[in-house]
Amino acid sequence: MAAALTILIDGLTYASWLFIVALGLTLVFGVLKILNMAHGSFYAIGAYMAASFVSWGAALKWAPGFTLVAMLLAAVAVAVILAPLTERSLLRSFYGRDEVLLVLVTYAMFLILEDATKLIWGATPFYVSEPYALFGNIDIGTQSYVGYDFAMFGLAVLVGLAVWWGLNRTRQGKIVLAVIHSPEVASSMGVNVSKVYMLAFTIGVFLAALGGAFTAPMISVQPGISVGVIIVSFAVVIIGGLGSIEGAAIGALTVGLARSMAVHLAPVAELFSVYLVMAVVLAFRPEGLFQRIQARKI
Amino acid sequence: MAATTSTPLAPAPASLQRTIFLGLGAFAVLCIAGWFMPKWFTFLLTMAAANGLVSLGIVGLMRGGLVPFGQGMMFAVGGYSAALLANKLGVTDALVLALAGGLIAMLVSLPFAPLLSRYRGIFFAMLTLALSMVTYGLLMKLEWLGGSDGFNLSRPTLLGMKLPDATSGYVMYVLTLFVATVLALIARMVFDSTRGLMTLAMRDNELRVEYLGGPVRQAIALNFVLAAFAGGTGGALGVMSLGHVEPSFSFWTTSGEFVFVAILGGWQSVSAVFVASMVLEVVRSFSGSYFPNSWQLALGLFLLVIIRFLPNGIGSLWSHKGHS
Amino acid sequence: MSSMLEAVGLNKRFGAVVAADDINIRVGQGERVSLVGSNGAGKTTFVNMVTGYMKPDTGSIKLDGTDITLLHPRAITQSGVVRSFQTPQLFGQLSVMDNMLVANACHDQRLSFWQSAQRREARDRAEALLERFRLAEYGQRRVSELPGGVRKLLDIAMALTVAPKLLLLDEPTSGVSADEKYPMMETIMTVLGDARETTVLFVEHDMDIVERYADRVIAFYSGRIIADDKPALALATDDVRRYVTGELKQEA
Repeated sequence: MAAALTILIDGLTYASWLFIVALGLTLVFGVLKILNMAHGSFYAIGAYMAASFVSWGAALKWAPGFTLVAMLLAAVAVAVILAPLTERSLLRSFYGRDEVLLVLVTYAMFLILEDATKLIWGATPFYVSEPYALFGNIDIGTQSYVGYDFAMFGLAVLVGLAVWWGLNRTRQGKIVLAVIHSPEVASSMGVNVSKVYMLAFTIGVFLAALGGAFTAPMISVQPGISVGVIIVSFAVVIIGGLGSIEGAAIGALTVGLARSMAVHLAPVAELFSVYLVMAVVLAFRPEGLFQRIQARKI
Repeated sequence: MAATTSTPLAPAPASLQRTIFLGLGAFAVLCIAGWFMPKWFTFLLTMAAANGLVSLGIVGLMRGGLVPFGQGMMFAVGGYSAALLANKLGVTDALVLALAGGLIAMLVSLPFAPLLSRYRGIFFAMLTLALSMVTYGLLMKLEWLGGSDGFNLSRPTLLGMKLPDATSGYVMYVLTLFVATVLALIARMVFDSTRGLMTLAMRDNELRVEYLGGPVRQAIALNFVLAAFAGGTGGALGVMSLGHVEPSFSFWTTSGEFVFVAILGGWQSVSAVFVASMVLEVVRSFSGSYFPNSWQLALGLFLLVIIRFLPNGIGSLWSHKGHS
Repeated sequence: MSSMLEAVGLNKRFGAVVAADDINIRVGQGERVSLVGSNGAGKTTFVNMVTGYMKPDTGSIKLDGTDITLLHPRAITQSGVVRSFQTPQLFGQLSVMDNMLVANACHDQRLSFWQSAQRREARDRAEALLERFRLAEYGQRRVSELPGGVRKLLDIAMALTVAPKLLLLDEPTSGVSADEKYPMMETIMTVLGDARETTVLFVEHDMDIVERYADRVIAFYSGRIIADDKPALALATDDVRRYVTGELKQEA
């Protein structure tokens, strides 16, 4: 019983930050039709930036609770600085080209950002674990769980609702939905599609960085964390369906729980269980669970 | 893509005989030059040739409009096959191991080929990527395959003869170049064949190929299987020179490098793929000592420049095939 | 005249829409038959059924005596049914010659891993056909750069590469400027020649072209055939005048 609860909580925690990150990826694909291979890099930079902000905050003797704000600000900083830069200088010159070509462009971006991160922050790992203790421990039965994990889940729910509300209940959101359906028609109705692309991309980067920033206390922040994240994010959006919010949620839950079960019950399967699910979904229902994009020719 | 306007496209490509002549000539020159090269350089060229074979397979698929993002799996399967055959079954002949690597990778690809032939664009890329990551996961976790460390393999023999320390590097160099040259010539022949032309047409207008009676899915499946053979052979050869095999060969970043070389070389010239592979090896080795934290950045920038200004790869600089 | 194409009792519904309603057509070898009718009348459905991309709910189709109703579209193409397209379906990045070579390679099942696509025999054959279509001068040009009329002719030339038994032309003169229409049809008909080896069905909206070049007209409306006769006779019937040419007003 305790084991089942542990698996569940582990899975939900993993699914939480994964959802936030994958949501950004799926949003960028939905609007710009770009599968961003550098998305994991923005996650990593978010984590690094959070580590920096938190250590500056500690040096300036800020209150411990303020570290959460610092982490949020870190994510915002990453989005505000990097998103316009990459979108304008890189992606814009390749819009309208073949979708696989754009993936290769984002792969080039990934290579560049990997080294940029190493050049700025160096190769030694950062540990920014103070925030992890902020919520104390929660005891359920004989097991003790870290409060931060539950807070992470809360953040994921908050983010999901915020994005859903933003897209479906605000005027700007409806404009974004229009662009998702047809950029040409939206453009002919007077929508500044360029700005919408920029907005969507910035939010996407922000979500990736947010996921990274709030995951930082749980991991060692070092080169290479982007590599695993992007792959598992791909699995989530493929399983859930590209461009779908609900899909990102279901996909993240599936991946989180599958991985958690594997880690606790069948360690042999830990690494490939997720990709096996991804491959199976691609083989039998390639549009994902919530999507209408045509994936197969036949 | 930047298309040349109104300039007539070049007529029929150079005859196959001439190409064979040039290919074997280049091989001979490299063999002779290799005798005088420092060991680290022949090793670099050996790896360039072995890795180039994987990218050659990717080019075969790219000509049909598909980019596989999981060819590292074929490299790994070929490498592990060679290593296991050598260590567990005592098969040590290098040429046999190279071909075995290719054949086993080909066999592994067969069940997936029909499935993959139904996908296009990013879904094709994602499915190949997923398969390679499943393979990676298996290789990491299966202890009898060495787990995350992989394992070493003993030095191969050739035609019954043991290879002495002093010359084993050179012999592997010659063998790898030989296999690469043969497969490169075969690739050129296949690209210029009727199936090769149909593949190019598929990239342009798959529908019309179907309506003309051309078997599109079969062609894609065949291209995938052939790419697996090339990848597996490259993997076996690479692993024999490295003396070591490990799961990271199947990781997606390895596959990304093979794709990088294919893009850099382009689909028009087979030799360009190997030149591109050499460029990567050179950058990789020098950067390790001199700029370990910025060589990937250089590669990324390079890739962007190529995609933007030379979308048909460096091969388009010297090869003016009758198609764009 | 033995019949090349025999369609018997074809029916096809999409939900409430009747795309084909008891279609019976018999086309003799060498005939030039025009299919007319407003959009949605059932011409395209019929063409799709003949090429195999759509299967009739009931009924059968025979090509030169062989039942092709349920065959795979590629098998039907191999049996000798080839179509051209209203919007030319070409290989834009390849040269005109290469387009012809692809058409040649795909059909003859001469697909091979080693036989060169550019071999003399194939090139000569393609060259000859391009000559007859007066497209030889464009041989090495990239298709994406060619003007519309040339592209349409190339589309048809590719279909003819394989010397099909039955050629289906989908609006061969649509999208072509008025002064180019007749020369184009003349070229096409000249290539098809008087020997009448190829049976031709062409979908057309231009009645002048129909009257001039068709031996027979089959008019569609609402999935049914409303006329099947020589052009002069078919185009004079009330039904055709009402539902196809618009000369007679339809009841509200």
